[in-house]
Amino acid sequence: MRAMTSAAIQVTGVHRVFTRKKDQVVALDDVDLTVGAGEFVSLIGPSGCGKSTLLRLVADLDAPTSGSIQVFGKPARQARLDQDYGIAFQQAGLLPWRTVSGNIELPLALHGYPKADRRSRAAELLELVGLSDFAQHHPDQLSGGMQQRVAIARALAERPRLLLMDEPFGALDEMTRERMQNELVRICAETGAAVLFVTHSIPEAVFLSDRVVVMSPRPGRIVDVVAVQAGGLGPSQDRTDAVRDAESFFHSVARVRELLHGAPAPGARGVEAR
Amino acid sequence: MTGSTTLTRRVRQLCLGLLGVLLLAALWDLYKAFGPEAGVTVGEQTLVLPRTTDLAMPHTWEMLQRLTEPVTSARDAPSALSAVLDASGFTLGIAARGWLIGVVVGLVLALLMSRFRTAESALLPWVVLSQTVPLIAIAPLVRRWGSALSFGGFEWTSEHSVSVIAAYLAFFPVAVGALRGLKSPDRTHVDLMTAYGVGWWRSLVSLRLPSSVPFLLPALRLSAASAVIGTVVAEVSISLRGGIGRMVVEFAQSAGGDPAKAWAPIFGAVLVGLVAAGAVGLLGLALRPFALTEPVR
Repeated sequence: MRAMTSAAIQVTGVHRVFTRKKDQVVALDDVDLTVGAGEFVSLIGPSGCGKSTLLRLVADLDAPTSGSIQVFGKPARQARLDQDYGIAFQQAGLLPWRTVSGNIELPLALHGYPKADRRSRAAELLELVGLSDFAQHHPDQLSGGMQQRVAIARALAERPRLLLMDEPFGALDEMTRERMQNELVRICAETGAAVLFVTHSIPEAVFLSDRVVVMSPRPGRIVDVVAVQAGGLGPSQDRTDAVRDAESFFHSVARVRELLHGAPAPGARGVEAR
Repeated sequence: MTGSTTLTRRVRQLCLGLLGVLLLAALWDLYKAFGPEAGVTVGEQTLVLPRTTDLAMPHTWEMLQRLTEPVTSARDAPSALSAVLDASGFTLGIAARGWLIGVVVGLVLALLMSRFRTAESALLPWVVLSQTVPLIAIAPLVRRWGSALSFGGFEWTSEHSVSVIAAYLAFFPVAVGALRGLKSPDRTHVDLMTAYGVGWWRSLVSLRLPSSVPFLLPALRLSAASAVIGTVVAEVSISLRGGIGRMVVEFAQSAGGDPAKAWAPIFGAVLVGLVAAGAVGLLGLALRPFALTEPVR
């Protein structure tokens, strides 16, 4: 683990309890997590394990019931106001009345960048995600995968050193999905940003990540962390399609699956006896 | 979609619309020609189809022909058509002012209700309730309160009263439609705005207002129709001369001797409604970039 000062995300003792009428749902129970600068960390687990909740807490779209969340050494709220992260959701969430280029420029426009800067930055990002020919199209003219690429470009618009991604490829077909994963690896290598990535696909998590954080539901807890990089796959920025056939890839996939299915595994902590 | 297919579709729509009107006219005259003179009754008293006498049902061409004849027997009387057009213009002007007031009030209410949840729970029931009060009941009140007002050189006239009553009907669809529209952005978009750290005002301008357009356009159209109806009814209940409302009443009184004449102001009212709907349609054209559907996912 890297030194605390360089950590992109530092989550300490976080609880999140949702109160609906008289019912209390413990979405997150005593979660600790550190994501280093430039590190790619995936959160994986069944529905209701609190992985999206954790991401929303880091993004300061929601506040923890207790515990602390630091992003680049600042409280999450300050990091949000300082635009220290870029974010992408399962739905691309493009504004239908803006062109592709206009959508990428949206955060820049909202934060008062001059028009010329916005234009050139959007062109740069469209180049990065391979959509230069579509700058003046409207979102409804693009396929789901293309829309998601625009959403990623938009998340990168202000050169954040942290990307928060909530199942960004969840609605895509398998082929598009693998292509998008390859692209994400390349984009991360080019930008050097740290990524917190929520998914429920095991191969996706293993292929993309330095570390995979496995979570369990009710109450949402971290079961274990699988160090994919240390397991022999190398740093996440260097992955290629060949990794999908590597033995250590299958090994890590099997390990994550084992943890998800709740089989007793050596070194697991926080596994509940239910 | 290419321009030419849009054009052919427009032409087809127009033709179908005209066909509908002709069909209605044909139906009218066919019934008049072949229907029983005493009408069709069910049981002893209940008349389900009208009498076909010239008094009850003038021929459609007589109605049209009547428009070209002088409105009264006075020597310098204008044609009925020009009288109707004058009255239509007068009514349309008042309705437009009422619509404008209604739209502004409706939008302000919707903004308040979308901004403050308390405002929504406090105002929305009253907004809905306001539409259950009969127009006839509030018309004299508006006139009395209005005439009690005086600031500077401004003088409250009956026209103002009618506009206010039209606005009373017109604001409702806008308030409800705009509220739905302002609340329509999905969670992803709202989260995005939060993540960007922009305040209520900026997210209103860049997200909520544009996404409310698809809800706003039908509301504006509905509100234009309401404004026209409100104006015509208020003209009658306030006895404001010069508009279609009074004309309907006056011409109906001469229906005994001149049955076709009573239809002239009705055509005028239809015309006013069409022009009002058309004007809002033009507004929709200007806002079309925002009326796009959500992108496919």
